[in-house]
Amino acid sequence: MIAPDSTTTIDLVARFPSVVTPDTRPGYSGWIVDPAHLTEVATAIRNEFSYDLLSSVTGVDYYPDKMEVVYHAYRTTGGPALVFKVQIPRHNPVVPSVTPIWKGAELQEREAWDLLGIRFEGHPDLRRIFMWEGFAGHPLRKDWKEPFYEEDVKPFKSRWPEGKHLPAEMRTPLQDNLFFPPGFDPEAFSFQDPDQAAYEALRRQHRPTDEDGIQTDVIIINMGPQHPSTHGVFRAAVMLDGETIIGLKPIVGYLHRNHEKIGERNTFLQNMPYTDRLDYFNSMSNNFGYALAVEKLMGIPVAERAEYIRVIMAELSRIQNHLVWFGMMLNDLGAMYTPALYAFEERELILDIFEATAGSRMMCNYFRFGGVARDVSEDTLRKIHDLVHDRLPRKIDEMDRLLTENEVLVSRLKGIGYLSAEDAIRTSMTGPMLRASGVPYDIRRADPYSIYDRFEFDVACHPEGDMYARYQVRMDEVRESIKIIKQALKQIPQGPIMSVKPSYQIKVPPGEAYGRVEAPKGELGFYIVSNGQPNPWRYHVRAPSLINLTSLEMMCIGEKIADFVAILGAVDIVLGELDR
Amino acid sequence: MYGKGLLKGLSVTLSRFFYTYWDDLVWFWRRITKGKRRYYSPEGIAHRSSKEARGIFTVQYPEEKLPVPEEFRYLPFLVYDEGLDGTKEIRCTSCGICAKVCPPQCIWIVRSTDPATGRPRPQPAEFYIDADICMNCGLCAEFCPFDAIKMDHDYEMASYTRTLLNLDRLLKPASYYASIRPLNAAREEEARKAKLASKAAKAEAKAA
Repeated sequence: MIAPDSTTTIDLVARFPSVVTPDTRPGYSGWIVDPAHLTEVATAIRNEFSYDLLSSVTGVDYYPDKMEVVYHAYRTTGGPALVFKVQIPRHNPVVPSVTPIWKGAELQEREAWDLLGIRFEGHPDLRRIFMWEGFAGHPLRKDWKEPFYEEDVKPFKSRWPEGKHLPAEMRTPLQDNLFFPPGFDPEAFSFQDPDQAAYEALRRQHRPTDEDGIQTDVIIINMGPQHPSTHGVFRAAVMLDGETIIGLKPIVGYLHRNHEKIGERNTFLQNMPYTDRLDYFNSMSNNFGYALAVEKLMGIPVAERAEYIRVIMAELSRIQNHLVWFGMMLNDLGAMYTPALYAFEERELILDIFEATAGSRMMCNYFRFGGVARDVSEDTLRKIHDLVHDRLPRKIDEMDRLLTENEVLVSRLKGIGYLSAEDAIRTSMTGPMLRASGVPYDIRRADPYSIYDRFEFDVACHPEGDMYARYQVRMDEVRESIKIIKQALKQIPQGPIMSVKPSYQIKVPPGEAYGRVEAPKGELGFYIVSNGQPNPWRYHVRAPSLINLTSLEMMCIGEKIADFVAILGAVDIVLGELDR
Repeated sequence: MYGKGLLKGLSVTLSRFFYTYWDDLVWFWRRITKGKRRYYSPEGIAHRSSKEARGIFTVQYPEEKLPVPEEFRYLPFLVYDEGLDGTKEIRCTSCGICAKVCPPQCIWIVRSTDPATGRPRPQPAEFYIDADICMNCGLCAEFCPFDAIKMDHDYEMASYTRTLLNLDRLLKPASYYASIRPLNAAREEEARKAKLASKAAKAEAKAA
């Protein structure tokens, strides 16, 4: 085994001659692996080169000839990504699954199958994830058109100079974009329970224990989608033996709007307000990730003052996210609304700051490529200063007093929902979830972006791997964020807020880029492929909320059904980002 | 000791409870001495959304309304300058940049043409914004080169039907714009004056 060292450049070609070739397309990087040997190469990447964290798996439809599956793997010790790709013909896209190697690929491969129609052989449970079983077509393929389809890309020609307004419902959806599955006969159609596949998958993978020779029966309960504990429209089919969970399948997609397809129709700038709608608690962090990815592609620097503003905003956003998490977590545990409303007070003050700078409390749309949309006034900076030096530390101590030692809370959280460090890495957990399992992996430190290398802060990490550790990690992180903002406020220089002239027509050279940030919920990544046009060719979001659910089953098995609510709450999901 | 943490936590809620009424007493004293009220008054609302706020934090909408900051954005509107004889000089030239940059594509513009020559005139004949589609992102206002489209502060737009804003409903005077966004309006006015002055200077230099 080669010692993990981020400075050594990996030469996959030397290790696998004739199987791996470097990706030499202009603007691209990484390695192209022969699909027949993918399992072998991926095993070596994980075991020999110690790229143990598979961050992102996604597909790209290079219409009309081929499809590509892109993998981004990282080391949990830090350092840049190892990108490898598999190219397959478009008419028969079959790739060996890497789920047996990195379990974190499970949901992402299902996503790629659902949206792009790439089949992953050897995947334990390859079903559609966002769309329903029986849906015709794969929406992210370039030749698939949605209802109310107007044109391939925005801006639409009907808007100007002869703009005839026509509401969407007046446009018939039954035009040339109506698809039927091959062999579909409306006369012979009979309704099939779409949930059957999920239940069957559960029954296939889990059997009730009958140690004492008594055959017990199991029941499947659906938690959600209309359940207050699920933070939106999340649903889990839970298999129960008595009161104990023996199997679980997350069923998602109720809020699916195909954000990525919309993103491919949009121009690069038009995507910025759409990213706000992903994790709507942290639109600043979402903006950050997307701006980073596009700036990487464009190869432009960011204005110095804007860098500081970005960091301040992203950290404020983290503080309010974690504060609301404390409140919502306690809601899930049954402490209805007292902690939640205490948290909302502080959130209110932070949102006031967002409103004064970005113009909106939640849908900030504040970052631009090369800087930010508008400057922060001295008045607002003073407000932030007052918050981080006076009010927030006080209030976080109060939250600490209110909750941390509370015996009821401790007994509900300690030792519940355990996830070991190995499992957390294997299932691609990121963010507070991973750090609560004792892996000090924080992208702000491990692979610093923006100006995070200039600040003094600790990576919050607790080794216990239970829910109490997840609570403590978040409590520590809020304090670290305050530390970062204090330093940023001290160092923030005067100057321009944009490094380039603001423009709505952005020239993005052809190529690919993966920008990732440490969002409050985990690693938020944006994989963008440009072909030199005003619109991205591929726009993929690596959503931490979704990928952190890979290990939900692992954490829940053996626990009581009542604890499922709390375990799910501790993952900190947001359905806007999860379902996309 | 078991229960210590519980008691510690309860002390927090107790002090919150106490401060709510304590602050009421403090404000009652202020009302007597300075005539300042805690509820239904601007200074009371400002206090409740400041870092000193304790106890009651909520604002009784719609009787009380939070003041909106200058940068707050809701729906776009079109700015017109009032001419000397009361005519509406619409700043919009129907160049179509807002319609092109709009992420959900909610702006429809019909360019007007000169009836005599049939050539396009720099003025919109019709301007529609579908308020149901608009995502309040503010990109139209950000990239308008003529300061003609701006984001409004009026957020009380609930209606029983779908809202399609046409030119009549969109047009608002420049004085209204200056009243909701004084700093921005002053900055833009200055830039416009500087531009005009430099243009005049150039023309003068050319003539001389």
